[in-house]
Amino acid sequence: MRSSVIVFPGSNCDRDIAVALEKMQFKNQMVWHKETKLPKSDLIVIPGGFSYGDYLRSGAIAGKSLIINEVKNAANSGCLILGICNGFQILTETGLLRGTLLRNKNLKFINKDVYVKVTNNNSKFTNKYKKDQILNLNIAHNEGNYFTDQKHLDELKNNNLIAFRYCDEKGSINDFYNPNGSLENIAGIFNSKKNILGMMPHPERMVDEIISNKDGVNLFSSLLN
Amino acid sequence: MKITDQLVEKHGLKKDEFENIKKLLGREPNLLELGIFSAMWNEHCSYKSSRLHLKKLPIAGEQVIQGPGENAGVIDIGDDDAIVFKIESHNHPSYIEPYQGAATGVGGILRDVFTMGARPIALLNSIHFGAPDHPKTKSLLNGVVSGIGGYGNCIGIPTVGGETKFNETYNENILVNAMAVGHAKKNKIFYSKAKGLNKSVVYVGSKTGRDGIHGASMASAEFDEESEEKKPTVQVGDPFTEKLLMEACLELMKDNSIISIQDMGAAGLTSSSVEMASKGSLGIELDLEKVPCREENMTPYEMMLSESQERMLIILEDGKENSAKKIFDKWDLDFVIIGKTTNTNKLILKFNNKIEGEIPIEALASKAPVYDRKWIKKKPSKIKVDLKNLKKIKIEDALIKILSSPNHSNKSWVTNQYDQMVMCDTAQKSGSDAAIIRIHNKDKAIAVSVDSSANYCKSSPLTGGKQIVCENWRNLIAVGAKPLAITNCLNFGNPENKEIMGEFAECINGIKEACEFLNYPVVSGNVSFYNGTNNKNIYPTPVIGGVGLIQKLTKPINHYFKKENSSIIVIGKTIGHIEQSCFLKENYSINEGLPPEINLLNEKNNGESLLKLIEKNLVLSSHDISNGGLITALCEMTFSSNFGAKIYKPKKLTNMFKYFFGEDQGRYIIEIEAENLPKVEKILKDDKIYYENIGFTQKEKFEIEGELNILTKDLFKINNEWYNKY
Repeated sequence: MRSSVIVFPGSNCDRDIAVALEKMQFKNQMVWHKETKLPKSDLIVIPGGFSYGDYLRSGAIAGKSLIINEVKNAANSGCLILGICNGFQILTETGLLRGTLLRNKNLKFINKDVYVKVTNNNSKFTNKYKKDQILNLNIAHNEGNYFTDQKHLDELKNNNLIAFRYCDEKGSINDFYNPNGSLENIAGIFNSKKNILGMMPHPERMVDEIISNKDGVNLFSSLLN
Repeated sequence: MKITDQLVEKHGLKKDEFENIKKLLGREPNLLELGIFSAMWNEHCSYKSSRLHLKKLPIAGEQVIQGPGENAGVIDIGDDDAIVFKIESHNHPSYIEPYQGAATGVGGILRDVFTMGARPIALLNSIHFGAPDHPKTKSLLNGVVSGIGGYGNCIGIPTVGGETKFNETYNENILVNAMAVGHAKKNKIFYSKAKGLNKSVVYVGSKTGRDGIHGASMASAEFDEESEEKKPTVQVGDPFTEKLLMEACLELMKDNSIISIQDMGAAGLTSSSVEMASKGSLGIELDLEKVPCREENMTPYEMMLSESQERMLIILEDGKENSAKKIFDKWDLDFVIIGKTTNTNKLILKFNNKIEGEIPIEALASKAPVYDRKWIKKKPSKIKVDLKNLKKIKIEDALIKILSSPNHSNKSWVTNQYDQMVMCDTAQKSGSDAAIIRIHNKDKAIAVSVDSSANYCKSSPLTGGKQIVCENWRNLIAVGAKPLAITNCLNFGNPENKEIMGEFAECINGIKEACEFLNYPVVSGNVSFYNGTNNKNIYPTPVIGGVGLIQKLTKPINHYFKKENSSIIVIGKTIGHIEQSCFLKENYSINEGLPPEINLLNEKNNGESLLKLIEKNLVLSSHDISNGGLITALCEMTFSSNFGAKIYKPKKLTNMFKYFFGEDQGRYIIEIEAENLPKVEKILKDDKIYYENIGFTQKEKFEIEGELNILTKDLFKINNEWYNKY
């Protein structure tokens, strides 16, 4: 499977995701933001970091960058797009995903391992997970507090477009285990066609037991499935 | 402009120093030249009060590739890998503007590391605040922590360790020390020494603004009238630009374009150009009108003394200008040839073809003043604390008092604000004795830790100096790393006060003695004097940052108990030294007496033997015993795991408080699989190591026979309350 990782000035999880993809046998290429053409790809990843310093608003400037038009075209023709952390923020800025990511409820950067529940395992991204499987993933962000309007929220729920939700160790979804104030504990969502996934937790940080755990592995192997 | 006595004083120069400048120049300096002398001759750049003492420190060893004197120290970790690291203070700016002060402290130390060709792989810090109830402490804590996080998180280097402490001695002068660690190829280290004549001197990075000119010390009346706008004297950090600068520099370093490279840190363009020329015994000529400026009408004086961040000076090989420029264009950074190397041995500053300043390089470097300041030894305290005279308390209450105190509380409120995982090589986050960072794409890893013991150093600078090196060494051993070398940040008060200078001299002696004995050389560092306000000096606070090597990382060792029914062993002898302990401080507010003595031979033997046990895979968990003594260390081992411990009643020592809370040095607690006990005991006996079998692990409860029985989850809760309530 061919993957492309978009590198913006200020991206800083680009190497991490590339390492994970290569480890999972993806044929990966890095694509610099000034490029106007994307290499043929089955998967495009927008990595975490602070694109353009996240000045103005997280993801706002990246959402207007040269390469992003190509990403939009690819998305519209059905290419799989994965946005992680800043990548999720950028996807909401481009309109490929709806809603927005607000400042964390506690107004602080949060880095910790949290539990998330796979609420939809019927997708290209999650089919190797069990439904309601509980994963322990790392989050690291200032703006991860997902918000959207009621109509869109209903749509997300009715069409089963919520991919991951923050939960406790046993899978219960409650306020106490909502790290950043996200609406309905949302940690990741699909677009309506489910070819785009945006998520705040970092699956690429969870593919190596010496460093953390392997809870992120199945996201990549789902894509290969 | 006439150089008046007042102007000289405002530049922080003494009368005799000014006379010396006139002698070296053969004339009176102009304002620009005066500014340059003041920048190069100040304590921060010249080390004039500390130099004679620093010379005593051991700086060599077979592991050392580059000792002090460069942007950072470099050590060999085998194969073609080198580790580049340094610690630096940013105390004064952080007190004035905590967010930017701390952020630019991180930015500055990162540049020191990637300037040498290393990709930064870890950040650490040591931050000291005043008493929690001091009105400024809370906002300073908030600002500093978010500033450290803001910079490291954005640039994408994990902040993996450090310490956060509170003591009223820092009420008016907090400490913010930042350490950066990088990885480089041994044959690809870059230095600041200039070579060759007529080579292009290139300015890269951010534009120069009026921020940071002369730091806080400079505010002349004349100067104010000329400046259009008063900017805060604290520099403003831009981690995004630093990320671009780092990537661009590392990209340029892949080929052979660079002769020498130096970051513009303190005293900006002045110190970077002088340092390069001085090390290469060359002259340097700059055309200042070419300097990229952020603001209009900047004068040569402002350009030379600005401390704007995220800038570098590079001397390029002939003919490499175009290919180098391409790289900086790609990253949207300024790249301007602003001068050349010369054979004049002078710093010549031109502005629109007119010479504005001309100073012999040696006058700024080798001829800068060095002082042998008066110092006196501290009289050792003879006070012994007799516990019988103190109000009786229960062990449980004393323990809870320590665990819930600001200095011992769980620091996840702090560390959760730092991205510890980015780069995906953090095998051990902060919270254990040392952090572990894997070398990318390799089996090996380094362990890193930052430590200080201001209370010990205050009561006995010599013992304190030794102790802090040993504690740092121990922290690396406890995670299974072989300690290799240190960097130090020496935070002290006013060196013109002979007692303070005595604290400095004696601490250095202590550090020297321990480093020599442990073959633990100092490869880089920084001195920060004048930490104090209105004649109130801070406690002497040397901070040690150590790096150790784990040859093959299979499973990181940390201090959390791993299973039930394992044996718990204490390596090292418990005598029960109670003076200067947390027990007395937290429960009785007693700060008197001497700190525990250091026995370097035992320290070394205990550590090396434990390392042997870890390398043989005989250790499930391990923890060094430090502040709070044996009982506090045991509690910490129960946190974040489901296992507690049952500890036997101590046989030999009758005073339980001294046994459990004493802070005797050179000790570790290890958890051993019960079936491995004989093997472990044999190794310890063969090595003639004193050890005690003190109990075993069990589920859920922390128990001391006949004294204490408490659920570990309750202890954990107590330990986690302070920050969240503050």
